[in-house]
Amino acid sequence: MNGATTHRSFLVGGMVAFALLALLPLFLSDWIVFLLALALAKGAVVLGVVLLLRGGLISFGHALYFAVGAYTVAFLANRFGVGEALVAVPLAMVISGLLAAALGLLLTRFRGIYFAMLSLALSMIAYTVLIKFYDFSGGTDGLSVRGFSLAGVTPVHSGLVKYYLVLVVTAGVTYIGARFLASPLGYLMQAVRYNEIRIEYLGASASHAILASYIISGAISGIGGALVAYLVGQVSPELAYWVASGDFVFVAVLGGTGSVFAPWIGSVVFELVKNYAVKFSPSTWQLTLGVFLLLVIYFQPQGLWGLLTRRRAKPR
Amino acid sequence: MNILPIILIDGITYASWLFLVSAGITFIFGVLRILNVAHGSLYAIGAYLGATFVLRFAGQNQQSWTTLPLLLLGAIVVGLTLGPLIERLLLRRVYEQDEVVGLLTTFALFLILEDVMRLIWGIEPYMVEGPYRMFGRVHMAGIAFAGYPFVLTIVAILAGLLLWFVLHHTSFGRQVTCVISDREMAGALGINVPRIDLIAFALGTFLAALGGAFTAPLTSVEPGMGVSVIVLAFAVVGIGGLGSIGGAAVGCLIVGLARAAAVQLFPELELVVIYALMVAVLLWRPQGLFGAIELRKI
Repeated sequence: MNGATTHRSFLVGGMVAFALLALLPLFLSDWIVFLLALALAKGAVVLGVVLLLRGGLISFGHALYFAVGAYTVAFLANRFGVGEALVAVPLAMVISGLLAAALGLLLTRFRGIYFAMLSLALSMIAYTVLIKFYDFSGGTDGLSVRGFSLAGVTPVHSGLVKYYLVLVVTAGVTYIGARFLASPLGYLMQAVRYNEIRIEYLGASASHAILASYIISGAISGIGGALVAYLVGQVSPELAYWVASGDFVFVAVLGGTGSVFAPWIGSVVFELVKNYAVKFSPSTWQLTLGVFLLLVIYFQPQGLWGLLTRRRAKPR
Repeated sequence: MNILPIILIDGITYASWLFLVSAGITFIFGVLRILNVAHGSLYAIGAYLGATFVLRFAGQNQQSWTTLPLLLLGAIVVGLTLGPLIERLLLRRVYEQDEVVGLLTTFALFLILEDVMRLIWGIEPYMVEGPYRMFGRVHMAGIAFAGYPFVLTIVAILAGLLLWFVLHHTSFGRQVTCVISDREMAGALGINVPRIDLIAFALGTFLAALGGAFTAPLTSVEPGMGVSVIVLAFAVVGIGGLGSIGGAAVGCLIVGLARAAAVQLFPELELVVIYALMVAVLLWRPQGLFGAIELRKI
């Protein structure tokens, strides 16, 4: 497969998916449109996790950027009276990206389990700070995000408008992710996973590739958090908790790391399975998710994306 | 009032509790190279089973010495049943794979066990205050401390000695050391590596359950009690160095004392201090204080 056809098939696939998702609300009920919007918004964070997973790095603390994005939006609305999504969402992206740049400088020295543990520790600092500093963060109650305006039209209540906002942002994030994966730095990340020392012998820098991935990963996770804050209308420290980070890694592996579309597939399936598990067996929904995850790990290690592609798995 | 004795004593009892919950995690990682996210759930199951045994078998008078062996029995039962079961059914398949797979397998196990506990024990909290009341108050440096936490200290020291003895003075311990340094070579030399894996995981599970069982009298045993424990244990083993039991002991003391100091001096920072310490130590020594340096392989 040469570069041009990959690019074309990506564009066609992306446009078809976008058109399908844009038409879906015509046929579906409100709650499932909400669920889809939520899944797509969280998918941005999952894509962030996937960008790092492709380099063999497990971020077990990505809920940090998710929460930073969400709290940025909540602060802007509550403290500064800025309810304009076109201002708040990009700002959430920039702030999460800056934080990722600062923390990324520390994290690029770490690999494997230590990378996972340090990311976990950083996210838990954010969690405890959000809980303990009540005056500034609202403590465990969190903050509410009451409505927002879109391009000056206030306030947005329609679930449909929120859905299309999420969809457009999703398309943008997918595009950024795809461009990054197709860039030399993106390819370098795959090489980081296989053998770092050889990369350095070839004159490239593994830590630059990791840092760049980490910054982009943090920035798009911030976007995901901002969108979820608007969708749910409430932010709380739980967004930064380690279980949330675990869920993101779960969904990343569920979708697979083979494509920039995989995180969204994983995220939608995850939200649907979770929703139905909660509905049909309220006392055992976590158990259902756990068993589901085990099945994916044992029988479909390439994730759901692997089901869609004929191409055999690349060597580990 | 002089708060130094309070900080010291609170710090040491908290450190003992931390050691009980984190020794198993670091031991399991040392042997199996798996960071067990479900460790907190095993801790909670130990607490539930210990509490159940005490409520069921200790009879009317729960303020008696028989409660302590009952708590221990709860931990032993968890170690002997759940440990081998989990290792055989779930973990054995993922040893040779990426770290993310081991991490996710135990995360799945965590989700499953959290619900299993709700199904078995319901959502009502269990209270086992007997042993706590029995030990009453201890006066030290003119301040009254609860007596029971010192039992935790003794249990932690005994558990540490047990681990040390097993690792350094038994044939099993030597085999474990071999497996840790080179699994393949150990197998080639005739060591039954799968058996070592099984016993090691069971021992780690027992330690988690032991921590839980002896914590039961201190707190109400309720759903979710293991969820926050696990990240604290990660902080301790991250500071001490993964796979190092001595490191875990030092990590516990550092974290325990730092937290006790923070509680007395800057209460808002109670938990922040723990994770900030972890970050600081990892930045200074990425492998933790006592962790082995891993060479990059070509």
